[in-house]
Amino acid sequence: VLSKGEVVSEACSYPAESELETKNGGPSVSVSGTKRAAESVSHEGGSPTGVSGSSQVVGWPPIRAYRMNSLVNQAKSQRADEGDSGIGEKDKPKDALKKKLNYNGNKISSTTTVNEKGHLGFVKVNMDGIPIGRKVDLNAHSCYQSLAQALEDMFLGSTNSVGAEKEQLTKASKLLDGSSEFVLTYEDKEGDWMLVGDVPWRMFVSSVRRLRIMRTSEANGLGIHKKSMANHSCFSFSVSESCYSFVAAPRFHDSNERQRSKPI
Amino acid sequence: MHKKMAFSFPDEVLEHVFSFIQSDKDRNAVSMVCKSWYEIERWCRRKVFVGNCYAVSPKMVIRRFPEFRSIELKGKPHFADFNLVPDGWGGYVSPWIEEMAGAYPWLEEIRLKRMVVTDESLELIAKSFKNFKVLVLSSCEGFSTDGLAVIAASCKNLKELDLRDCEVDDLSAHWLSHFPETYTSLVSLNISCLGSDEASFSALERLVGRCTNLKTLQLNRAVPLDKIANILRHAPQLVEFGTGTYTADVRPDVYSDLAGVFSSCKELKSLSGFWDVVPDYLPAIYPVCSKLTSLNLSYATIQSPDLIKLVSHCPNLQRLLVLDYIEDSGLEVLASSCKDLQELRVFPSDPFGAEPNVSLTEQGLVAVSLGCPKLQSVLYFCRRMSNEALVTIARNRPNFTRFRLCIIEPKTADYLTLEPLDVGFGAIVQYCKDLKRLSLSGLLTDRVFEYIGTYAKKLEMLSVAFAGDSDLGLHHVLSGCESLRKLEIRDCPFGDKALLANAAKLETMRSLWMSSCAVSFAACKLLGQKMPRLNVEVIDERGPPDSRPENCPVDKLYIYRSIAGPRFDMPPFVWTMDEDSGLRLS
Repeated sequence: VLSKGEVVSEACSYPAESELETKNGGPSVSVSGTKRAAESVSHEGGSPTGVSGSSQVVGWPPIRAYRMNSLVNQAKSQRADEGDSGIGEKDKPKDALKKKLNYNGNKISSTTTVNEKGHLGFVKVNMDGIPIGRKVDLNAHSCYQSLAQALEDMFLGSTNSVGAEKEQLTKASKLLDGSSEFVLTYEDKEGDWMLVGDVPWRMFVSSVRRLRIMRTSEANGLGIHKKSMANHSCFSFSVSESCYSFVAAPRFHDSNERQRSKPI
Repeated sequence: MHKKMAFSFPDEVLEHVFSFIQSDKDRNAVSMVCKSWYEIERWCRRKVFVGNCYAVSPKMVIRRFPEFRSIELKGKPHFADFNLVPDGWGGYVSPWIEEMAGAYPWLEEIRLKRMVVTDESLELIAKSFKNFKVLVLSSCEGFSTDGLAVIAASCKNLKELDLRDCEVDDLSAHWLSHFPETYTSLVSLNISCLGSDEASFSALERLVGRCTNLKTLQLNRAVPLDKIANILRHAPQLVEFGTGTYTADVRPDVYSDLAGVFSSCKELKSLSGFWDVVPDYLPAIYPVCSKLTSLNLSYATIQSPDLIKLVSHCPNLQRLLVLDYIEDSGLEVLASSCKDLQELRVFPSDPFGAEPNVSLTEQGLVAVSLGCPKLQSVLYFCRRMSNEALVTIARNRPNFTRFRLCIIEPKTADYLTLEPLDVGFGAIVQYCKDLKRLSLSGLLTDRVFEYIGTYAKKLEMLSVAFAGDSDLGLHHVLSGCESLRKLEIRDCPFGDKALLANAAKLETMRSLWMSSCAVSFAACKLLGQKMPRLNVEVIDERGPPDSRPENCPVDKLYIYRSIAGPRFDMPPFVWTMDEDSGLRLS
């Protein structure tokens, strides 16, 4: 049984270690909210055959998410301290590389490395118009494409037709291809809302607090110029495959203004 | 006759007698004796416990118990802790708060576990209950520090605010400064789950300083080591203390300050926290170690030698939580030093590594079970086990009441004989006659369930994963375990037969969870039709179950008894099997 369908593309993969081999990586499986989690566990014999390593299975070993993320935090801060250079650096644009050096150059205390809540793996995702938020496990993804795919499955799968307005769905089904009414945004550590996709994946993962699939009309005031992911040297998607285009991400409101997303 | 006996005491006398009866079980038993006792008891019940918030409606509770002061509610099933319950499933507390806000201005205590709590609910609590004293939120989510700020600002008589293991939207640490300067009644504060970097230490210090009755203080990771000394200086009367991050550059002045301040804490019995521990700072706590009864080092990534040193200083330890860095050698030292040990939890430091990173095996558990005569509760993660070890453990320690073993790799056989671990777990249930809670792991056939059904007569909660061969396994458990209240199963080949044959049993239990098993949609419908007092919930994110053939297995199934009928707050991926149609959408 393959892992959860994530194809690790070279330029945006975790350092060397595949998800099967990783010793310090967090849970390498999608949260139970995605289709993959449901499909991957066999129903017939009730036993996943050929599972190599418990990292394959949702919710196993039975360790609370909070504890799991604490472990991941400590592992990640160790890695960061060691100044790992796992991400394919060669292809990066110069300033992104510079950013990364600063990031690694500073001693990162465990409290500031990753999501301070201690819930690194799982971040909340809300979509405008859908009252119920979900959670996605960032550790289960190694690049923007797989994350975007997971979010599409989560919010635009057929099961959600009862919860959301019908028109919204037909418009939203073009989510993330640049032409839709929605964009994918995230709140970073400083409380600012950014558009997803500009920074290297690892940097995104370490600074994201939560995600929001926002109506494009609300994400106004941006100098929006669309560029396809293929042009971005961090990512190696072919345009035909993914059709996800993310937009340059200047901060689009004051850091004083806190965007408060209502809990469920 | 009975009537005469009941009326031979005035109600006040019976009430007074009942006031000595605190446990729920006993109170429930008392209320069943006769109608007049039911009446008297319901008027004087002050603490209400609802183990499943969907088993009964708020109105029903309020109608029956007109004068309670304290309520405890539990929401999501236990497997929600491991992300097996999709977000949005339910467990909302707001209907309860709204009903109680109207009916009970004198409510004092609210304790919630695995529920969704909003800021609006927190605001309603703060506004409605003038004498509100205790708020314990355990593994809850859905609220932010804004809600906490309102509680802090409004609840003048608040004694306890405990947010253990909650997921809080951490918007600002300044919520702490909302406690007015005149507020001094805090006795217990647990904010260990909060993450905010910008903790307002001065507000925290002032709060601790003026609350002279503070007994429990559990800080969050953001509080640095050098702030702890100042905080403890203000509260030498603490009984339970949780540090923040326990790391700093090693400086003698910081160290001696810390050691000094710990020495002045004469009442300290319990320590926790210890994120990112630097071993050099550990000896600072030695002055309090001899009095410690509880030590939580489960976030402390220090190695065996340091753990051994620490543990050897704590002869009165009753409860230890630790990472598997302690290794077998450390557990042997524990077994010889801590003769009062009652509860041990060993967590894995590297749960996803393919190879063991530490030398922690079944031997550690054997040593502790041999050396600690009072040990009754164990949660143990390891990578190998043998029947021989389990039998030895069972013989050594028949007083286990909670035994949870997690062999990390599913379906791992006895590493010595390559057989299933049926006999080992069989010994556990056979020797440990008071066993209330059991979690299984490793390679297990239907045979282990036969043992469980035969011997585990006091078992109340059973957790099963990747085990069994056929419906017979489930049948053994449902038909044999007389005291069973909660059963949770994942990835087992249990299907329709055992479930339908034991349908009546399900009404005697709080709940049954089955995920990734082999129960068909047809069976779920049938169960829903046959058993009107059960809520049979099918949870399936692949889409409506009737869009697939009836004999298709459902993804997840949650069955619980209820007198409130089906609920109406379900998300699109949950269906309740109904009496009429067999399928009801929310």
